[in-house]
Formats: sequence, C-alpha cells, structure tokens
Amino acid sequence: MNAMAGNYTTADGRQIGGVMMEMKNITLKFGGVTAISDISFDVHEGEIRAIIGPNGAGKSSMLNVISGFYHPQEGEVWFRGSKRPAMKPYEVARQGVARTFQNIALFDGMSTLDNIMTGRLTHMKSPMWRQALWWGKAEAEEVANREQVEKIIDFLEIQHIRKTPVGRLPYGLKKRVELARALAAEPKLLLLDEPMAGMNVEEKEDMSRFILDVNDEFGTTICLIEHDMGVVMDLSDRVVVMDYGRKIGDGTPDEVRGNQDVIDAYLGVEH
Amino acid sequence: MIYRTVGQFKTSYRLDQALFPVRQDAVLLTIILVFAWIIFPLTASEFAFQTLLIPILIYALAAMGLNILTGYAGQLSLGTGAFMGVGAYACYKLITIFPWMNPIVAILLSGVFSAIIGVMFGIPSLRIKGFYLAIATLAAQFFLVWLFEKWAWLYNYNASGAIQVPNLEMFGVFVSGPQAASVTQYFIVLAIVSLMTVLCINLTRGNQGRIWKATRDMDIAAELIGINLMKSKLTAFAVSSYIIGVSGALFVFMWRGAAEPNLFDIPLSFRILFIAIIGGLGSIMGNYLGAILIVGLPVVLNIVPEALGLDIKSATVEHLNIMIVGALIIFFLIIEPHGLAALWRLIREKLILWPFPH
Repeated sequence: MNAMAGNYTTADGRQIGGVMMEMKNITLKFGGVTAISDISFDVHEGEIRAIIGPNGAGKSSMLNVISGFYHPQEGEVWFRGSKRPAMKPYEVARQGVARTFQNIALFDGMSTLDNIMTGRLTHMKSPMWRQALWWGKAEAEEVANREQVEKIIDFLEIQHIRKTPVGRLPYGLKKRVELARALAAEPKLLLLDEPMAGMNVEEKEDMSRFILDVNDEFGTTICLIEHDMGVVMDLSDRVVVMDYGRKIGDGTPDEVRGNQDVIDAYLGVEH
Repeated sequence: MIYRTVGQFKTSYRLDQALFPVRQDAVLLTIILVFAWIIFPLTASEFAFQTLLIPILIYALAAMGLNILTGYAGQLSLGTGAFMGVGAYACYKLITIFPWMNPIVAILLSGVFSAIIGVMFGIPSLRIKGFYLAIATLAAQFFLVWLFEKWAWLYNYNASGAIQVPNLEMFGVFVSGPQAASVTQYFIVLAIVSLMTVLCINLTRGNQGRIWKATRDMDIAAELIGINLMKSKLTAFAVSSYIIGVSGALFVFMWRGAAEPNLFDIPLSFRILFIAIIGGLGSIMGNYLGAILIVGLPVVLNIVPEALGLDIKSATVEHLNIMIVGALIIFFLIIEPHGLAALWRLIREKLILWPFPH
C-alpha cells in the first residue's frame, strides 16, 4: 500500500485519515555525533505508528525532536498542515502533542489525581487572582476538569489509587498514571517512549490493550517507541525502523519483517 | 475527640474538592478561629500579645511566603530577611510620602515593591537550581541590607539610620506607633494573615499550585506537558516576595515599632527558613506549627525555671535556650524530616483507623 497517498484502510479495517505530522529530512547532531541523519517519515491521522531500532539508533532523539525538546540542525517538522517554527517544548504541548517518558517522569510529591490534573493545565484558563479566590468560574473550571480526569481514571482502571501519592505506587501503575496524565491533555498526537519497558507479560498485555483502546475510543493518533518486537508488530499500523541514526525501513509490520536491512540490523550480518 | 471519616460521603466532585472534606477538620478550625478572634483578644496579657501572638502570626506569614517559593515551586531562597526589609522600608516611605494613606492599604501595597524586587532577583532561577540558586539569593540578601544602610533617602536622612514607626490613626484609633494598643495591632495582623492564608490555600490547591509543584518535582516533564517554566518560577517569586514583603511591613509597623538595617540580615532569613522547614515544606499549616515552635519555645523555656523556683542566671537561661531549641530542631527533623505538618498528617491517618488499625 502506498502510505503517501493519504487515506488508507488498515488490515483490521480501520479508516486512517490524511497526514497529521510529517518529518522532512531531519538531521540532529550533538557536537560531532550525528544522532539522526536525514530521516523523513509521516504520521497519519488516527494511526498507530511505531519507531523501532536497536539501542542507540536515535529513536528517543527522534521523539524529543517531535516534542520540541531538541531542535534539529536541518529539516522541517510539519504539523497539521503547516510548517512548525522553532518552538519551546511547552508550546508544542499546547499545540496538542502529549507524551510519556522512558524513565517515568511523574511528579512524586503529588497524588495520582493531581498528577493527572496537571495534564489538564492547557485547558485551564482562570487567571491567578480568580484561583486565589476559588470562586465562581475558577471553581467551576476545577470541577469540570476533574470530571474529565475522572473519565480517564475510569478508562485506565486506576480509581483505587486516586488519592495515593505517586511515589508509593509500583512501577506498572506509575506507567499507567503517566499515560493517564498524557491522555488528560486530550492530545491530537500522543507520543509513547517505551511504554512497556521493564514490565512483565501481564502488565504488557494490559498496556497494549489500553493503547489500542485509546486509539479506538478517542481516535488519538499514537506514535510509539518500543523494544518488544512482538508488541510492536501486533499494535502498530506502520513501522519506521532506525539504525545508527538512519532510516532503514518503513512500512506495515509485514513489509518491515521481510526487509533485509532490518533483519541485518537486528540479527547482525555475516562477515 | 473522635476522628472519623466514616459516614461522610461525597456525592459530587465539588464536595470532594471542598476545603475541609473531613468534618472534624472544619470543627477543629472553628475552635481555633474562636480562640484567635474572641478568646485570645479578651484574655491575653500585653506580654502574651507582644512575645507570642503577634510575632507568631507575622513569622508564620513570612514562612508562608517562603514556603510558596521553596516548598511549592522548589526554588531555594536565602533572601527572605532582605525581602521583608523591602516591605518594611517601602511601607515606611509610603507612609511618610503620603501621610493620608490608610495604614492597611500602605502595608498591602508595600508587598508590591517587594514582589518587583523579588522577581528581579528571581531571574537567575531560570538558569540555576538548588544550592547555586540559594547563593544567588544570598547576593540579594547582602546587597539589599547594604542598600538599607547606605541609601539615606530610605530612612529619610535621619541621624540614627533607623526607621521609626510614626503614630498612625485609622478611624480614630491608633494602629501603629508607641500609642497603639496591642490588641488593635493583633486584630490587624490577624485579619491580614488570615486573608493571606485563605488566598494561599486556594492558590496552592488549584491549577497554579499544581504548576508550581510540577516545576518543583520534575522540571523537564513539567515543560513537556505544557508548563512555561519561566512564568511558573517568576510567578512563584512574585507571590512569595509579595507575601514576605507584607509580613516585613507588619513586622516593623505592627510589632517592632522601629527597625535598623541589620534587623533584616541573614539571621532573620535563616529563622524564617527554619520555621518553614520545621513546619513542613509544601504545607500551609506547617508554617503556623513551625512559628509556634520557634517563637513559643524560647518563651516557655524562659518561664519554666521561674515557675519551678530555680535560681538560674538570665544569661544561663539564654544559653540553655539556644541549646534546647537547637536540640529540638534536630530531634524533630530526625523523627519527621518533612516537618510538623507531615507529623500531623501521620497522626490523622492513624486516628482515622484507631483503635482498629487493620
């Protein structure tokens, strides 16, 4: 199938929309080290797009470019039909890009509920003086956003830890709370940096189910990095494969699986 | 008192987010307020007003200001004393330039000057963190105290180099200066401190509070979820310095009556920091607990030998005082590093389950 043509239908019959984000010839260097060299790929509306590759391939750097944390020396990022100027990460977040982190980055001093509520902050507009009075609009806004957050809490089945400080939670739940925080922002594009890292099989299955459900119910476009090949092949609609900062494959899981470069990168080449 | 949450059901998110979701807390607060507003003013002696009630409130307010910055937004500051000084000098200049100005308005306005200076000295926080920032704020501390000493305009060129609080009237009652009654000053301090406390509680439990806490806990993640770190840190500096400035104005106008530049020197900054740390960083109530301990303990320790009929020289009492306060600070920090407020939270959790903890 030709991805660049725009709309297409996935193997399981979902309709995928046009291009939401396009990375054009991205090159990122740290001093003399080239982390990403001349990579282009796109993400379509409503699809689950995976970026895979061996350690040090530049996957996380790519995600950091998308979320505005790194600024590439060359190349352009196109988001929802327009070229994105150089932006601070918080501006990117306000455009509707939310993400989770490889090493959990929750706010340890706050409860689960407050952590997820921080995800709503791009939707909260009350000025500070009104918040200080906790009156009228400010209170109404707080309650309305709390209702949204509760929907996500129900969705991810974390009702029982609502008021627990996140520092006390086990690893798997922390990952889930982080996903909840990202979802609370109602993102257009959700970036997941190794959502299954360090999980056991059961937790991985739960997380996979949640990712599929998020995509299905909210129609959220998802771009994820993952090491577990089984998971990636099952979840994603299309896969980008990176190795040493270059793109070595791009296509549906089946196409990628048959790609000789990909096999070489993962299994090694005979010398 | 039986501390139970059983049977208190929340049927809406609005009720769940109420200030006192647990009924007993509201009752306890009511009792405290009745004491503060009715019983203390009726019964307290001049000594109690001057050595306990008024200073505890003022120190608690200053610590609250510092707590917003350090406890909530995670920016360590050692310049509290100097910012209190800015508030005090600003208030003094306002009163002497505009003698018709209502003293309470002047006190509340003087915080604005402190907030502006605070934001200026907060700009380094955008680049540096932790101990390094503390050193940067130390620069503010030394520079401002030096300024209070050298810039004669600030103290109206008087020979002593100190500021002297004039007799100020409000609705025919003296509110500051030598002629003011302690009880009047107590009520003014109590009113302002209560108001600030309510505003602080609301700020810290709402969206702004979450933004500050996110900045404190993990600044990179905070930025990636849409927080403008610069705005978050500078608002923390502004709000914190405003409160500290107001507390400084109260400190001089409602309590000390006069001030020299060295009053605002580093020992005052450390005193406020101790109150905030012992009370509990990231807690509003902790500031009161810390202030009660730090202000109240020396007073109690002074009274004890007399009450017991022991004949100890006053200098010895003074030294014992410092040693005991120091030991207690260490003791409290060992049993609960997160301060008295955390201790109270723990007691509360235990009380809810008591006597059947399983």
